[in-house]
Amino acid sequence: MTAIVQVQKLHKTYGATVAVEDISFEVQEGEIFGMVGPNGAGKTTTIECLEGLRKPDGGTVRVLGVDPQREGQNLCLRVGMQLQQSNLPDRMRVWEALDLYASFYPKAVDWKELLVELGLEEKRNTPFAKLSGGQKQRLFIALALLPDPQLVFLDELTTGLDPQARRAIWDLVREVRGRGKTVLLTTHFMEEAERLCDRIAILDHGKIVALDTPASLIQGLGAEERVVFNVDRPLPAGFEKDFSSPVRLDVQGEQVVIHSKNGRDVPLVSEVVTLLSEKHIQFRDLRTEQPNLEDVFLSLTGREMRA
Amino acid sequence: MFNTKSLTKMVWMEAKLFLREPVSAFFTLVFPLLMLFIFGSIFSNKPVPGMGDSQGVIDNLIPALTAMVIGMTGLMPITITLATYRENGILRRLRTTPVSPLVVMAAQLVVVFTMTTLGVLLLAAAGKLFYHVRFVGNIFSILGGFTLSSLSFFGIGFILAGVMPSARSAQIVAMVLLYPMLILSGAAWPRELMPNAVSKLSSFLPLTYVVNLLRGLWGGESWGHHLLDVGVLAGVLVLGVIISMKTFRWE
Repeated sequence: MTAIVQVQKLHKTYGATVAVEDISFEVQEGEIFGMVGPNGAGKTTTIECLEGLRKPDGGTVRVLGVDPQREGQNLCLRVGMQLQQSNLPDRMRVWEALDLYASFYPKAVDWKELLVELGLEEKRNTPFAKLSGGQKQRLFIALALLPDPQLVFLDELTTGLDPQARRAIWDLVREVRGRGKTVLLTTHFMEEAERLCDRIAILDHGKIVALDTPASLIQGLGAEERVVFNVDRPLPAGFEKDFSSPVRLDVQGEQVVIHSKNGRDVPLVSEVVTLLSEKHIQFRDLRTEQPNLEDVFLSLTGREMRA
Repeated sequence: MFNTKSLTKMVWMEAKLFLREPVSAFFTLVFPLLMLFIFGSIFSNKPVPGMGDSQGVIDNLIPALTAMVIGMTGLMPITITLATYRENGILRRLRTTPVSPLVVMAAQLVVVFTMTTLGVLLLAAAGKLFYHVRFVGNIFSILGGFTLSSLSFFGIGFILAGVMPSARSAQIVAMVLLYPMLILSGAAWPRELMPNAVSKLSSFLPLTYVVNLLRGLWGGESWGHHLLDVGVLAGVLVLGVIISMKTFRWE
């Protein structure tokens, strides 16, 4: 594996505000790397420094081995970019945008194929202003793929999309990676980062507070998993003592919640079900609750992500 | 990167967008014709003793309306299009591609110049057809004067697009500059009929020099008679190119 993006002690301030404070990370070839964090965490500033749109105040940035500030012209032939705030003229049609942007690159891929692959074939004659949010983002992904880039930057790709459109875009991003391209994306949806990214950098107040795979981040949290179910009659006393490793019982009326540390030998849910059946206890509405990245963020920063 | 393939595509695209925008297409192509027919129905084109050698009202009107088209296309479409492109992030998207800012500006220039020419040709054709206008000038001479005047005014448009902070303010400033110019420069109403003080005021307006130059060349006068007009317009053109190159911003 080779590092396709290298960031060392990147620093950027706007007046008195420190937007990005000495952050360092690397993106490996072929991975989907996500920067996640609340608004104002410094995600977009970082990605725009990588794109060459902003000049860092300190630190070094290398994208595909070159400095984006000095060799932006060279870089934009090899990197696809989708920006958070960008547009096309309202009356420009989908095919016209692809045809026009293809003419900017000496070796563009066939835009007619992209049109089909990104599910825009039916919309080829639709003016930009008449597209839905999801369709606009599809078009921007198509424009980003025109130079057949090694690396694709996607900044807040699914913000403002409904859940269904968001899921469709996730599939697309996976397909982009499937073509052997490296993807660097930013999002403020923890769920998106968890589902989509191979590795995640969690940013808060301009710093990276955690960087790992989603699974390791959640596991490293040492967070609890929970099994929740309802009973008609109270549980027998000492029910929790029969578990193979310690659990905590929380009963509120009919509802029972069993808490346990993550990473048990026997999955908590199967142990709960076995014990309940052995003791002939009637139960209903059983479900498990896994910790997720929202919990990780909460434990790292002491704040809710959405707050 | 400045390549002709990008420029050709961009010109063709911008031309389509220009025609899809009803307001700019109307003011460039239809409005001058309406003015011609309104004036034409009020005045006939019989020679008027006070106006040059056997020139009629409509004979004088065609170059004046041409100046009006140049004033409108120079200040409005270029200014509004570029300022809107910047405000909406359309230039921001272009910035991430290898395309040169020169291609973006050149495409605007080519399209608006073509549309202006088209508007003026329609005007001249309608004048010939319906009012039998007399043209005594030299065709190359008038084309040269028209081109100089247009480019000079496009320069003003590029400057405004570059220095105005938003599309809205660019539009307002363009209108504030345009309307007094249309009225005072002689483009809509002959300067000979204005009070002396107003006529003096008009010498500060670039469009006045367009009207003078085009009326002169249309009426068969030589360039030597219009050195002042040519000087002023060339000066504005050079300033326009320098300032607009310096003030171009992607965002």
